[in-house]
Amino acid sequence: MSDTTRLIIVAVGGQGNLLASSVLGEAALLSGVPFRMSEIHGMAQRGGVVESAMVFGKAESSIISDGEADLLVGFEPVETLRALNKCNPETVVITNLTPLPPFTVAIGKGVYPPIETILGLIRGKVRKLITLDATALAREAGNILAVNMVLLGALAQSGILPLNVETIRKAIGAKTKPAFLEANLKAFDLGVRAAA
Amino acid sequence: MHKLLKDDPGAQMVLLGNEAIARGAIEAGVAVATTYPGTPSSEISLNFFQMSQECDLYFEYSTNEKVALEVAAATANCGVRSMCMMKHVGLNVAADALMTLAYVGVKGGLVVLTADDPFMFSSQNEQDNRYYGKLAGLPVLEPSSVEEAKDMVGKAFDLSEALQEPVLFRTTTRINHSTAPVTLGPIAPRKTKGYFQKNPMSYVTVPAVSRTLHVKLLKNLDKALELSETSPFNFVTGKGKWGIVCNGVSYGYVMDALKDLGIGDRVQVLRIGFSNPLPEKKITAFLQSCDKVLVAEEGEPFLEEGVRSIAQGAGLTLPIRGKAPELFSRLYEFDPGMVRKVIAGYFGIDYAPKAKLALTDIPPLPQRPPNLCAGCSHRATFYEVKQAAEGKDVVYPTDIGCYTLGFLPPLGMGDFLICMGGSTSTSCGFSKASDQKVVSFIGDSTFFHSGIPGLVNAVFNNHNFTLVILDNGITAMTGHQPNPGVDMSLFNLGGYGRISIAEVVKALGVQHVSVIKPYKVRKSIEAIREALDFKGVSVVIAEEMCALFAKSVKKAKGKPFMVGDKCKNHRDCVNLLGCPAFYIENDRVKIDSAICVGCAVCAQICPENAIVPMKS
Ligand code: SF4
Ligand code: SF4
Repeated sequence: MSDTTRLIIVAVGGQGNLLASSVLGEAALLSGVPFRMSEIHGMAQRGGVVESAMVFGKAESSIISDGEADLLVGFEPVETLRALNKCNPETVVITNLTPLPPFTVAIGKGVYPPIETILGLIRGKVRKLITLDATALAREAGNILAVNMVLLGALAQSGILPLNVETIRKAIGAKTKPAFLEANLKAFDLGVRAAA
Repeated sequence: MHKLLKDDPGAQMVLLGNEAIARGAIEAGVAVATTYPGTPSSEISLNFFQMSQECDLYFEYSTNEKVALEVAAATANCGVRSMCMMKHVGLNVAADALMTLAYVGVKGGLVVLTADDPFMFSSQNEQDNRYYGKLAGLPVLEPSSVEEAKDMVGKAFDLSEALQEPVLFRTTTRINHSTAPVTLGPIAPRKTKGYFQKNPMSYVTVPAVSRTLHVKLLKNLDKALELSETSPFNFVTGKGKWGIVCNGVSYGYVMDALKDLGIGDRVQVLRIGFSNPLPEKKITAFLQSCDKVLVAEEGEPFLEEGVRSIAQGAGLTLPIRGKAPELFSRLYEFDPGMVRKVIAGYFGIDYAPKAKLALTDIPPLPQRPPNLCAGCSHRATFYEVKQAAEGKDVVYPTDIGCYTLGFLPPLGMGDFLICMGGSTSTSCGFSKASDQKVVSFIGDSTFFHSGIPGLVNAVFNNHNFTLVILDNGITAMTGHQPNPGVDMSLFNLGGYGRISIAEVVKALGVQHVSVIKPYKVRKSIEAIREALDFKGVSVVIAEEMCALFAKSVKKAKGKPFMVGDKCKNHRDCVNLLGCPAFYIENDRVKIDSAICVGCAVCAQICPENAIVPMKS
């Protein structure tokens, strides 16, 4: 299975996970790397969890079974932890640190664990945990909605995907509306630096 | 230009399965496309809708799937290539038309796409629509990947014309919503006008005609069998004495599993892409070359039963297994690891799966169920109905749409739901068989789809309930498609009519009709109360644009609200309304100004008047 790389991205509806995966798809096309991906649409988008699976390299499947992700990127800490069933001891995990507590917490139907607890639970189990405050970095880049670009930067920097930083930058250019391009690239670069 | 209209054969493009399907149809010269929106098929229609504004393709959002199929049946019988798309349960609505259309047949190619939803990511059941092909006597094609889906659509049109029958094109969510690079082919010219050659003895299905048409259908089915035997969509790969028969996405999982298990040289795979009628000779030959066979298919044992019956006919007794407690399930979706495990177990291959993580130390995490959006007017209406009905014992039948989510806490509005349009007709039943008050909900699009007949029934039979029509001015759940009540000028589109729900309801003879603006809480509660007191059928129409749609057409409300100092922290807003813009910080209710759309509903229900517009 070494000629394939499997990536899971989890986010809360509205965080821009689908744009992030389409940038990666574009980058794979530019680099001539075969890939397939799968997304969940529909009900999940009304504030629920949105998960996308990307398989790079020689494989026919477009979804990823439990324990088989090489890389997990979480846009929200509790969702990163929830998706840990997709990981194995060799997985690299990248997570945003800014929580978006689900509404169930507001109505007292559940407790949001402290960030340190979440990180502690992940850290010991996987090969590597990369953390960054993507929300703060997106703000710094001038577009609070660019959390997805910051995480793409960290992902590019991890070196696990068969795609390089320059190609992903180029793909962002192809997929971004001109008005947001500058802020998006800045956010991406901040992500690269934060994960270095 | 729309990206799917690009005439650039050989170019590669990253496409969603649904985009690839739309592109495949364009390459095949489709000239008419009809649909009722339903996930996972919606993006096919969205792309046709957009393209139809740039070229001579005719596209329409029809009132329901039966209407959509009937429109396409007529155009195809003028010799024009036509396509009709729907989600799996949509075919239940269209089934009445489909069964007899199979008798009548078509002239120009007609592809009927059914998008099945194993695991029910956004559906009320996981029915396997291959059985519809069998029931109607129609050919069924099933792609295994995004790339194949694009090419197969074109072949489906050819097949339909060769047989003069509609072809069922069956996908599953993982085809519709997967993405992969696709190589574009040339775009065939579109033939947008044909001619209807009258011949009542073939087209008017009175019994005398249908008796001969059934004979014709069976002949066509025999022809289909021959084509299935030689179809490149039914192929064998690999060699060895072990056999696997599979279809659709399972094919990919099987191929990955053989590679991972390193048994590619011991297993032959028969991939069935043309699955009704099953290629008997091809399957017999395959079985004869195997010692042992496993059938890998999601959903029902459609292939498995077919293969076993073919084996019986050929006098073959080798083991053929598929669905069994220790093998494949009839429930939910397959995944690559699960398929690999079943294959290894069945053929007795040693294999160690990747070490799973020990996750027992993870505390229960807060759930993140889907929720009505911040400022969604449905939430306001549900709240108001609940207030108006206070103290009454009420049953709340509901229907299919965003508002179905109203059954979740804290609103808890929604007691019974089986299908589109079911709220109006089940209300008739509930009001007859129980002394409880009945208040039912239906959306605008669903009302037009199939809610009207139930309401007609209610008026005629003098039932007793209140129907609340949640008119948010768009088909919201599936991604903001238009419906007959929508003001199309919002899309800057002309040439459409518009139907007033209130006028329809009045014309049906409903004696008590009121229109409320759900953002006006007190007035709405009063109007609903009056409707509830009415004996007989009453209708309340709650009119307020979907909050997401309002944002996208720049008609959003004003400033966000905030919780001020007067708040006494009893949390009526959170516990009774539950707008997702609320959150708790340092044990105080706050409003997230990035999410709040300023509908002011919470401000009206706060008894302390503590919620006020933010000062900019
Ligand atoms: S999409 Fe529109 S109708 Fe649906 S929940 Fe959101 S605001 Fe309400
Ligand atoms: S005004 Fe209140 S109910 Fe309306 S969106 Fe804002 S927080 Fe939600």
